[in-house]
Amino acid sequence: MARIDLDHIAHAYRPNPTKPSDFALKEVHHTWDDGGAYALLGPSGCGKTTLLNVISGLLVPSKGRILFGGTDVTRMPTEARNIAQVFQFPVIYDTMTVYDNLAFPLRNRHVPEARVDAAVRETAEMIGLTDKLTQRARGLTADQKQKISLGRGLVRQDVNAILFDEPLTVIDPHMKWQLRSQLKLLHKRFGFTMIYVTHDQTEALTFADKVVVMYDGEVVQIGTPGELFERPRHTFVGYFIGSPGMNVLPAEVAGREARVGGHAVPLPRAYRRPAGKVELGVRPEFVRLVDGREGVPIVVTGIEDVGRYRIVRAQLGDLELNAVVKEGVAIPSAPRAVFEPAGVNIYADSHIVEPEA
Amino acid sequence: MDKTWNNKAWFMVLPVLVLVAFSAVIPLMTVVNYSVQDTFGNNEFFWAGTEWFKETLTSDRFHQALWRNLMFSAIILAIEIPLGIAIALTMPKKGIGVPVCLVLMALPLLIPWNVVGTIWQVFGRVDIGLLGRSVTALGIDYNYTQDPIDAWVTVILMDVWHWTSLVVLLCYAGLVSIPDAYYQAARIDGASKWSVFRHIQLPKMQRVLLIAVLLRFMDSFMIYTEPFVVTGGGPGNSTTFLSIDLVKMAVGQFDLGPAAAMSIIYFLIILLLSWVFYTVMTQAGEERR
Amino acid sequence: MLELVDVTKVVGADTHIEGVSMTLSKGSINVLLGPTLSGKTSLMRLIAGLDRPTRGDIRIDGASVVGVPVQKRNVAMVYQQFINYPTLSVYENIASPMRVKGADKATVDREVRKAAELLRLTDHLKKTPLELSGGQQQRTALARAIVKGAGLVLLDEPLANLDYKLREELRAELPKIFAATGAIFVYATTEPTEALLLGGNTATLSLGRVTQFGRTIDVFNRPVDLITAETFSDPPLNTLAVEKRGALFGHAHGLTVPVPADDLGLPDGRYTIGFRPHHLFLDAPGGAAVSLPARVAVTEITGSESFVHVDVADARWVALAHGVRNFDVDDRITVHVDPDRLFVFDAAGRLAAAPRALQAA
Repeated sequence: MARIDLDHIAHAYRPNPTKPSDFALKEVHHTWDDGGAYALLGPSGCGKTTLLNVISGLLVPSKGRILFGGTDVTRMPTEARNIAQVFQFPVIYDTMTVYDNLAFPLRNRHVPEARVDAAVRETAEMIGLTDKLTQRARGLTADQKQKISLGRGLVRQDVNAILFDEPLTVIDPHMKWQLRSQLKLLHKRFGFTMIYVTHDQTEALTFADKVVVMYDGEVVQIGTPGELFERPRHTFVGYFIGSPGMNVLPAEVAGREARVGGHAVPLPRAYRRPAGKVELGVRPEFVRLVDGREGVPIVVTGIEDVGRYRIVRAQLGDLELNAVVKEGVAIPSAPRAVFEPAGVNIYADSHIVEPEA
Repeated sequence: MDKTWNNKAWFMVLPVLVLVAFSAVIPLMTVVNYSVQDTFGNNEFFWAGTEWFKETLTSDRFHQALWRNLMFSAIILAIEIPLGIAIALTMPKKGIGVPVCLVLMALPLLIPWNVVGTIWQVFGRVDIGLLGRSVTALGIDYNYTQDPIDAWVTVILMDVWHWTSLVVLLCYAGLVSIPDAYYQAARIDGASKWSVFRHIQLPKMQRVLLIAVLLRFMDSFMIYTEPFVVTGGGPGNSTTFLSIDLVKMAVGQFDLGPAAAMSIIYFLIILLLSWVFYTVMTQAGEERR
Repeated sequence: MLELVDVTKVVGADTHIEGVSMTLSKGSINVLLGPTLSGKTSLMRLIAGLDRPTRGDIRIDGASVVGVPVQKRNVAMVYQQFINYPTLSVYENIASPMRVKGADKATVDREVRKAAELLRLTDHLKKTPLELSGGQQQRTALARAIVKGAGLVLLDEPLANLDYKLREELRAELPKIFAATGAIFVYATTEPTEALLLGGNTATLSLGRVTQFGRTIDVFNRPVDLITAETFSDPPLNTLAVEKRGALFGHAHGLTVPVPADDLGLPDGRYTIGFRPHHLFLDAPGGAAVSLPARVAVTEITGSESFVHVDVADARWVALAHGVRNFDVDDRITVHVDPDRLFVFDAAGRLAAAPRALQAA
């Protein structure tokens, strides 16, 4: 296992990129710790597969270097990088038994048969396929095949990292969380560096210690699930993580006050007047509905009762606003909305603006 | 899911049934009719029973033709299948080379069979043919009209030239359907080229290969036009396959009875072999699941 | 008005739908909620007229329609797969049902634009369906169902194939779209949350039977039996088989939960108690809550909520908590059960008592 350094990496599929929009992957500069569980999360076309291909060695980035454990591997081919990868669709060797599938990477590297046997049995134990070792791999279910793909990586105990490319796509829903929890357990017990690419926020947040959120070729935030929820650094993160997503409202900001739809909203800290398109972001969970004179005036257009909470859909002038009201909390008949200062963030051109110190 | 049963559907297939009846069943019945009768012309027929079948099954002429057919099929399969796989493997997977290769490969398949025969008939002639002249110039004694072995070599070369493309195209279709992830995984697993072929490409081509073998076997077993045009079944009877023999008997000698019996036996052999192949193929398919 | 009277469908030896009776009124949204193979699609096919019931009657405005083929009924359907004409533009796709009817050009144009506006497709009318995202493709299919002007619109898991954000957006708009048409909507789904978000009425299905039919929130709050409560809970209802002795529910592994004050009148005996995942608390809620030791099996984080799967005695429960709550596998934690949140089911699975908090509602 190894630390992975992404040293000012960027990639464009066309030659001689000049403007930012030429890049399918905009500059990333980050270090991923040895033994960490990372998820690359974003919608299709966000650049997460490009980044994965740079790491796996299928692509040489147009800019920057990639280092495994301090060694520059930017120009090394996949087979020399000593990584393992689990693909969207299970890749198994149809004609072989489960045992031979797991032994394949070791036999190719001329490992003595005694050590192959020990490693295969240990791996089969880890992925729970010990009783299937003598079976033909082609007869197995999709989740078992996916475990074999994973096992072929685990069997080489010296791999630098294990990459997952949407590995649960073809798995039945009820098997998904079982596989996910097993992955998490494996990570905890054996401390592999794991990189998991997905467009499913639950998969990413459940699997990873650190989630790398990508949008439009850019890494917009790297953070723990808690950080992504509480302090989204980009409006896309606020929208994509959480259901319903963050309210993003056009605003004017000056000092400790923002004006939204012509109404004043107090801010927790003072801001210098930000440049660009300024927006105020507040999650529906941080919108409190009150009776009285506090807050901004709203018109409730609908209430959806989900049992454990209600989603209140409202208009603030022309702007749509969602609020989440917990079970047992009453909704006033003609409420006003208060944005809890702790949950309010300011964005300029979609990126978070830090308040003045 | 419950299905709605509707017997009207049978009316939809009725036209095809009628068509098949006219084009296949009725002629076949006529042949059956001939095979159990004897005639001396004037449209007079006499009951002959199973006599023609006995005669055919015990005749050396039939045995030899059948043997030639089996030999021929075995040889061309042994050449065309490995050659086809090898060519398919070397073909490009993307870029401008793909359409170019595909068109080149498809060319021999687009030529009518009798034209193929004529081309090779000329090509192999020692007096004016490019092949015949060149080989003779190299000091090799070659003449397909006189030497049975030369005739066989020519007919086999012709078939390989004509039909290997089909195997190539089928194998190529099998190869391009293999997702990139397989090759990538194999690289990560450190697999050698041979391993990739043995454990990924060959298993994934298994289905199309079975189809290729079936098609090539059937076709070569029924071969008629090309050798007929090139060698006319000669020299001697050395390239007289079952189909050629059959035509000689029916059209050349007007032995309608024996010819009918022979064609029924020929038909049954093909039916039997088709069934064997079909069973093998479906079993292989089931094992995959 | 659409009435189903004791509708039953038997195919061979299997009973697909058994004795379903319900009345759907004009302009209502009716959710058929149940797991896969519970009979949702079979029931829809019967309502649409694609299949004929073995027994029972289906009436529209009082007149029986059994035997009337689907083409002659005024029905529109939307499926899980995005079904559009791939070579036609979005405009022509939406217009197609009206063209079949032979409507004049001006009417077609007016209706198509109205539906496109409602489904936010106005900017895409000239494109073909394959140039659209999955969400827009399904919007096109919905628009086509709406311009048909059908009195009955059947939707079979229409959002199941969409990404979660698109699903969320379209789901929020659906009630508005439905309200604008006034037809009877029948909407099949496997997701309880979807039923709650759509509101209207819900019929819970299990093994081909409708276990309960009523206002969605009423069915959710007062399920008539354990099966209904389990069908209408995602993640699943947490349950425990107990023996009531006086003021205590006792479990085989020594766990005890006090009997809620209102339920003390129930006779002693065997019961199943159940409570919703968001009522299994990770932090003591105060009051009469009992604390139980638990072992974490896995934590799933959706973003705004966390599902903590725990083992308590021999039961596997799920605690649904707000925000991000991250636990490691095998962590030992304490969970809290509030007796005031308990559903109590008798030995036959019938509801014996609902949580006090909901009785006023």
